[in-house]
Amino acid sequence: MGFGIIVFLAVIIGVLGSPGVTSRPEAAASADVSAHPNSVPETPEIFGQEKVLVLEEVEEDVMMTGELNPNQYPAQRAAKVVQHYLNTCYGSPYRVIGLNRVHSGNAQDVTDSGRKFQLEISVQDFISNKTEKCSAEVFFPSGGQQRSPQVHASCEELPKINTQAQEEALYQKYKTNQSRLSAELPDSFGHIDPDMEPLWHLGTVASSFIMLNESTENTLYNMAQVANITQLATENEQLKFDYHILLHEMVSQEIIHWKLLFTWSPPAGVKVLQMEQLPHSHHHEPLNTR
Amino acid sequence: SLVKGLEDKSEFELDFWRDATEVDTPVDVRVPFFSLQSVKMYLESQGIEYSTIIEDLDLLSRLDSNLSDQEEMDSAARVAEPRNTDNFDFSRYHTINEIYSFQDMLVAENPNLVSKLVIGQSYQGRPLNVLKFSTGGANRPAIWIDTGIHSREWVTQASGTWFAKKIVTDYGRDPALTAILNKMDIFLEIVTNPDGFYFTHNNNRMWRKTRSPNPGSNCVGVDPNRNWDAGFGGAGASGNPCSETYRGPRAHSESEVRSIVDFVKSHGNFKAFVSIHAYSQMLLYPYGYTNTPVKDQAELHALAKKAITDLASLYGTRYRYGSIINTIYQASGGTIDWTYNQGIKYSYTFELRDTGRYGFILPANQIIPTARETWLALMTIMDHTFKNPY
Repeated sequence: MGFGIIVFLAVIIGVLGSPGVTSRPEAAASADVSAHPNSVPETPEIFGQEKVLVLEEVEEDVMMTGELNPNQYPAQRAAKVVQHYLNTCYGSPYRVIGLNRVHSGNAQDVTDSGRKFQLEISVQDFISNKTEKCSAEVFFPSGGQQRSPQVHASCEELPKINTQAQEEALYQKYKTNQSRLSAELPDSFGHIDPDMEPLWHLGTVASSFIMLNESTENTLYNMAQVANITQLATENEQLKFDYHILLHEMVSQEIIHWKLLFTWSPPAGVKVLQMEQLPHSHHHEPLNTR
Repeated sequence: SLVKGLEDKSEFELDFWRDATEVDTPVDVRVPFFSLQSVKMYLESQGIEYSTIIEDLDLLSRLDSNLSDQEEMDSAARVAEPRNTDNFDFSRYHTINEIYSFQDMLVAENPNLVSKLVIGQSYQGRPLNVLKFSTGGANRPAIWIDTGIHSREWVTQASGTWFAKKIVTDYGRDPALTAILNKMDIFLEIVTNPDGFYFTHNNNRMWRKTRSPNPGSNCVGVDPNRNWDAGFGGAGASGNPCSETYRGPRAHSESEVRSIVDFVKSHGNFKAFVSIHAYSQMLLYPYGYTNTPVKDQAELHALAKKAITDLASLYGTRYRYGSIINTIYQASGGTIDWTYNQGIKYSYTFELRDTGRYGFILPANQIIPTARETWLALMTIMDHTFKNPY
């Protein structure tokens, strides 16, 4: 059947093919190609009405050094560290940066010191939805001391998005408040009260300090949930918060609890005063669950 | 004191209406259905006499109701219990009982297409329900889909529910699905880890594993996606019962896993196997336990590419794809490594939305978009399976 010919194509193209997606010029004429940068052109019809699988890519073993496959985990984990770094620099209740895509990456050993990643990535501000392409470098130090990665990144555009008025309004709203604010952002069903969204964003930004600190080549962190927020008395014109947050570490699949004491104001941004990992009591099952 | 012992068995989830305080006074206990067998066995083994005073509490409360018909309808609407699957709200997260009811309603509404098989019981005695979509034949080549093996990944059970309705809706309307179902069967297990799922609703939203106890440890549960007999014991799973990736004492130790193993082996004619997880937006093929590529790697890679392209066509959602070990991490004892080694060539794992912004707690308004785009990828895989018999 047609299957024999598919195999034949695979043999030829597999030898010549390179890792990563290659675009097919004849498919560009297809009316189905959308303007969205993420879509891959449809494979053209070859046998009558049957769409045929073209076996053009060969997946290689995971590349650890040199030119990296941007879709494999080494570049992805390093890029996530850049996300955390950008949030510590530029994040606010109205600016939360997410990793959109890794375009390319390169890794090198630095003798007796660690490993350095160079990355081209796209990031997105979740609130304005603007995206930006950035270059970044991540250095993971090796050795016994548990040292945090060092990041350099040039993302010039996202920090310029104007959030001043909203930040000022939020600051005024909470300046004279002091109480336990709420639990669970989001709740189990993914719901966040619109009023509470800025405080959820603030939690993501503050968590990024922890996630940046804790990251290695063998981790991938996201904030899973804000479990609890207590607002303390405003100090030196800074709002002060005590957050209990849950982080999700993808490689171990663990949920890790942290307590975070930090301040925020529009001019100063987030400043972390104390971070403390909490032991999780899920190991000790309560008998009465009601 | 023997009855007190019963109080301590939290896994039965008993509700004591009248407590055991004095000797020689009866104790009244409400027993959830799934615990009934175990509780009866316990009482009999301890020599405690019992009798049933109310057979079916739910039925009694409905019959006893003094509400007029209109009040009854309003009350039902407030409780949001649908009378049929057309009134089931797919854009909300549901409890285990609501999903079980949905399954029964779907079968009742589509008796010529859908049946429910119970392939086993969870550790705590909950039924492991599989919906079989079949237009006849005998042991036709089949496609398997499971959701919710990791209980905290709620968008997956929610999507599985939507897929079930989609299949009955599209059969006879969509040419591609109709052609598939005219020659193949589809099996769908929506709540693959029911004990874990119940626990995420009532105790800990972030629970992942099964709820089986680990002797000698305070920690509960085994990772059902490290418990399969593929590279079992190797790197990519933990030997620590307190770990989220604990492999278990031996391969297939978990009834939730063993039931599928037994079912697949005795069926003997599965051609595709898709296990659905969340989150990360990935479509993965074997292996996770080794970096030796599978024999069919080129084809699985190309099919994955086509599937995620079709997925992206709906909302532009970007998925990465590749082998488990290259794309996400090394993982041993995984489901699709086992199914592939059984000869089920089209073995895939999905990681649905999102990429970490909400993670496991995906807002309910993303359920239907996620299900819809994922369905396109599933159709691509099923269609290819159908057109490439082996």
